[in-house]
Amino acid sequence: MVVGERKPFDEITGMLEGHKKIMVLGCGGCVTVCLTGGHDEVRVLSSQLRMARDNAGNPIEIVEKTVERQCDPEYVEEVSGIVPDVDAVLSMACGAGVQYVAERYPGMPVYPALDTTFVGGSTKEGYYVEKCQTCGACKLFYTGGICPIARCSKSLLNGPCGGSTKGKCEIDPEVDCAWQLILDRLKSLNRMDLYEENMAVNDWRTNRDGGPRKMIREDFQR
Amino acid sequence: MNGEVKTESKLEKILRSGQFAVTGECGPPRGADAEVIRHKCKLLKDKADAFNITDNQTSVVRMSSIASAVIMMQEGMEPVMQMVCRDRNRIAIQSDILGGAALGIKNMLCLSGDHQKFGDHPQAKNVFDIDSIQLISTVRRMRDEGKFLGGDDIKGVPKLFVGAAANPFADPFEIRVPRLAKKVAAGVEFIQTQCIFNLKKFSEWMKGVVDRGLHEKVFILGGVTPFKSFGMARYMAKNVPGMDVPDELLERMKGTPKESQAEEGIKIAVETIQQLKEMKGIAGVHIMAIEWEEKVGEIAEKAGLLPRPSV
Ligand code: SF4
Ligand code: SF4
Repeated sequence: MVVGERKPFDEITGMLEGHKKIMVLGCGGCVTVCLTGGHDEVRVLSSQLRMARDNAGNPIEIVEKTVERQCDPEYVEEVSGIVPDVDAVLSMACGAGVQYVAERYPGMPVYPALDTTFVGGSTKEGYYVEKCQTCGACKLFYTGGICPIARCSKSLLNGPCGGSTKGKCEIDPEVDCAWQLILDRLKSLNRMDLYEENMAVNDWRTNRDGGPRKMIREDFQR
Repeated sequence: MNGEVKTESKLEKILRSGQFAVTGECGPPRGADAEVIRHKCKLLKDKADAFNITDNQTSVVRMSSIASAVIMMQEGMEPVMQMVCRDRNRIAIQSDILGGAALGIKNMLCLSGDHQKFGDHPQAKNVFDIDSIQLISTVRRMRDEGKFLGGDDIKGVPKLFVGAAANPFADPFEIRVPRLAKKVAAGVEFIQTQCIFNLKKFSEWMKGVVDRGLHEKVFILGGVTPFKSFGMARYMAKNVPGMDVPDELLERMKGTPKESQAEEGIKIAVETIQQLKEMKGIAGVHIMAIEWEEKVGEIAEKAGLLPRPSV
């Protein structure tokens, strides 16, 4: 899933300066699962904002709403009745969701409440880690199912570097060395032969480096 | 492993002639003052066959490796241009290889590079378009096939002797020989190892290297760094990732009175070199005395490595 983290409260109140009535718009997708932008978080953030603005003698009116997914025009449409009544939308979706809302409602300020951080998952409740960098040409076959691009700090395709220490990455003793994990997996799969092969220079065109990407299902186009 | 000399590199000629080679290291300054390099060059001249010029080592901004190498050549010395993959994509890397070779640089060391987190610009975006192993094959292809990575022909190929680093002390230990084999397969011609303090572990690694016959395909120069003090030894032991300083060396430095710790550090370095000279598969040593350049000559002298041969 896409993981996001709520922006610092001061940054959010800074964006909302001058607005009197806003909609805080949650998303029922990934950010609900990672506990940062769903229905519950909309409620919490909205009351924090009301309280802060009341205390400052500058009250704000907030409409709370959460849609199924903000990265889908169909669901973004659902709030078309509310948008004309507010003077800004604070979206609690990932960066993609924020943009869908912004594109649908020209002239309406739409602000991000989250910092979209990575594609990953949880290891335990409330603890999320990055797993994939969406490079567009998955290499997990060669690396025992552990991603070298997202999880090696230097995205080395022929690691590990000389800084790997006791299974941890040179950048931080709290971070696993991806190449240690890859080698452990390859060994357990009896596929160390894959390590002996040098991986050639990567073609980054499938990554964001090739420009914004799209994926088209031809059978759905008419 | 003598083989045909492929470049004008003095280091290559010495290694291929079977003589024990010595390389040193020179860190460029954090400023535009060429005199700093010239001064270091005066301390290092004739004390080794060639000298690495570091490339923004530990991710701290310094004068560029290529520019510093040119200043070193003006002082009549042979540089080894280090190049890291952290700061340049394949376009800039190939461009710098051409430029370095055109300016007369004859040796290059291919490195992944320390993560920028360690440096003075941790906010920087890193590149890592290619890794050190891919950099080795890139420069070999440019030199030997006259082709860019993209496939086009190069007019005027860069004649560089190609090196890389190896760290036998990083984890996991059991892939450190296979990883060297990967570098050899990519076309590396000489290797400088991480500083050797744990000779026992190093000889274990070397045994694996020799068993696999890799010492017949690549020249291995053992890395040696003198401790200036007990404080430095402790710092390296605790704070530098991938560094292995055994307790007995720490004890030895600690047990030495402060005023003679530097001398003791040099003694340890000389002893290490003497042991390396006896080790099968070792083709030379790489003496790294960063910000202590004046001691390289003394170490080389005491280890019986001077005068350096002329080729
Ligand atoms: S190789 Fe690419 S697609 Fe596969 S997990 Fe890593 S970043 Fe994602
Ligand atoms: S220590 Fe491991 S994860 Fe970290 S940069 Fe080196 S190879 Fe990559």
